[in-house]
Amino acid sequence: MTAATAGVVAAWRAGWRALRTLSGDDAYERYLEHQAASHPDLPVLSRRAFYVDEQRRKWGTINRCC
Amino acid sequence: MLKRIVGIILAVVGAFAIGGIALHRNEPINALWLVTAGVCIYVLGYRFYAAWIAARVLTVDDTRATPAERLNDGRDFVPTHRWIVFGHHFAAIAGPGPLVGPTLAAQFGYLPGTIWILFGSVLGGCVQDMIILFMSTRRDGRSLGQMAREELGPFGGFAALAGTLMIMIILIAVLALVVVNAMKGSPWATFSVFATIPIAIAIGLYVRSVRPGRVLEASIIGMILLLVGVAGGGWIDQSAQLRGMFDYSGPQLAAFVIGYGWLAAIIPVWLLLAPRGYLSTFLKLGVIGLLAISIVVIHPELKMPALTRFIAGDGPIFAGKIFPFVFITIACGAVSGFHALVSSGTTPKLIGSEADVRLVGYGSMALESFVAIMAVIAATLLDPGVYFAINTGAGVVGADAHTAVATISAWGFPVTVDQMQQLAHRMGERTLFARTGGAPSLAVGMASIFSSTFGNKLLAAWYHFALMFEAVFILTTIDAGTRVGRFMLQDFLGHFWKPLGRTSWYPSVLLTSALIVAGWGYFLYVGVIDPNGGINILWPLFGIANQMLAAIALSVATGILIKSGKLRYSWVTGGPLAWLALITTVAAWQKVMSPDPQLGFFSGAAALAGKLASGALPAARAAVAPKLIFNQQLDGWLTIIFTVIVWLVIADMLRVALRAARGLPTLASSEAPRVARMPAVGGSGS
Repeated sequence: MTAATAGVVAAWRAGWRALRTLSGDDAYERYLEHQAASHPDLPVLSRRAFYVDEQRRKWGTINRCC
Repeated sequence: MLKRIVGIILAVVGAFAIGGIALHRNEPINALWLVTAGVCIYVLGYRFYAAWIAARVLTVDDTRATPAERLNDGRDFVPTHRWIVFGHHFAAIAGPGPLVGPTLAAQFGYLPGTIWILFGSVLGGCVQDMIILFMSTRRDGRSLGQMAREELGPFGGFAALAGTLMIMIILIAVLALVVVNAMKGSPWATFSVFATIPIAIAIGLYVRSVRPGRVLEASIIGMILLLVGVAGGGWIDQSAQLRGMFDYSGPQLAAFVIGYGWLAAIIPVWLLLAPRGYLSTFLKLGVIGLLAISIVVIHPELKMPALTRFIAGDGPIFAGKIFPFVFITIACGAVSGFHALVSSGTTPKLIGSEADVRLVGYGSMALESFVAIMAVIAATLLDPGVYFAINTGAGVVGADAHTAVATISAWGFPVTVDQMQQLAHRMGERTLFARTGGAPSLAVGMASIFSSTFGNKLLAAWYHFALMFEAVFILTTIDAGTRVGRFMLQDFLGHFWKPLGRTSWYPSVLLTSALIVAGWGYFLYVGVIDPNGGINILWPLFGIANQMLAAIALSVATGILIKSGKLRYSWVTGGPLAWLALITTVAAWQKVMSPDPQLGFFSGAAALAGKLASGALPAARAAVAPKLIFNQQLDGWLTIIFTVIVWLVIADMLRVALRAARGLPTLASSEAPRVARMPAVGGSGS
């Protein structure tokens, strides 16, 4: 792989990661990471329970405008 | 040095573009002038004014730990990369407001709206968003209401809360009216908007139960389904039997939207609101990007003159002179008080470094302002005659097409029945006369832009896609706003009877949701039955309310600046505050006191009552007249209440500022004590 292709691949990966973070696609992975790092002794939510709880949290406050 | 040179070049190009815009007369001007002027001004504002505010006024401290770092809980407080926060914040603030306001204000010509959008944002709106974001970040992400209470006093806090709730109700009503007017008598539009509801529910079920949390793939599937929905609407429109099933009058659609709003507020968020939030965000970012590229590619000529004769005050879309009404009509896109609620909501809890508030607060608003410039372009590239024919209510120009074109042509904007019929046919509509609210004319403009970029086909499909796009995020704002309004009402009622405050107690949920929906549903209903289209009454009320919320936010900011010993910089927020106080007060004064029945709420009510009493009204109009009379009086009283609240907040701020300036004790600053950041954390964390 040349340096140019490697650069393109790296940029593509970074863009994809940003898109996943921005949309919340990787929210569960980030949650698991946080729990593992900060509260390894506590049980973690399932993917589905986390998703439902996350939506309730997100839409319980003003997050859309005119 | 390089920065200076770039700055000088930008200043020269920007000044040249603005001069070009302002001096162009009697010949069409190219849209690229507006784009160039905008980009130069935003970049200059960001690089110099915002940087100066960050360094001198706010003394942003990059080494100070943000609440996201100190209180990191992996959920609410998470230090996040600044471009990700920028994306979240922009998605939250960019609503339908900056699209509709500039479209309506185009009745004055392209110049007034453009100038206000550019300078209002760079000196006012962007500054407000950035400073409130900064102040909330310094206070552990406190809300505007909490900051008002803790820094000014209980009255300021109460005013901010009451103001928020009232503006929310007016806002939802006016947006719902825009959607209803866009769907009225159009089976294609109605079907594609209705289809978004089962699509969102299907996506909601998918992303909860089938593939939990896979938001990206669900959104892509949803987007495809939405496009299928638009295509399906076109197919239904062709079928003689099916089109009748989606052909509704204004009041029928209003009843539907009201019932829908109530249901959406009481069902779980994951079922409808959250998935549609995803879809609308994707659509919004996609359409805005597509529109920007298309405008540069086809760089259309603007056909609207720089100024029209309506600056003198007898405009058909809304009444009132250019001052103060252009500043009221364009709220979002220049200054929007509502943004202060987002800037003191979720965003400050994600800020990874204080230095990021410039990009997130100032930068996002600059981009939103650019969206408003694109809306100006989409409205003013239409033939002015067509623009007025679409946006003027039947009560102003007459319900008959021939009378309407005669009236509009007599204003100096020639248009023919034939031209309107052809346009309606090409857009796949029965008629485009009196399609008030701004959405249809914006959709015609967007469809023209898109179809010339992507080949001159599918005009009707682009038109209905644009309508669906506007409707999707208006419906998101309706649902989200109703839900937040419900929480605020529950919080308030909980002070009187505890169970009402419990957000999980279902009877309270049903009752408070119904109260909020009834609030905006009333204004929506009256707007729908108004023969002048309703927007001419409701939009100024919304503009005044939104600008007043901005005045409250800027009062809080000015008070905090003065309390923290920065009196000499207080003009940074005090200047925009003075301007907003002036324009809203003058506008409110005219809406309340004007003897012109088109402009004044009370004189409008009196004139209609006079006509009703003398029997001058046709039967159909006489039947709705009592409701319209009551509504205009109510709107007049609401305007008075808004004005009084704002001046009380300003007076409260001045009281606190005066005490601070004389060295007398004031409420202690609620700023969290400084904690140095851990070098290892580094603020990236994404």
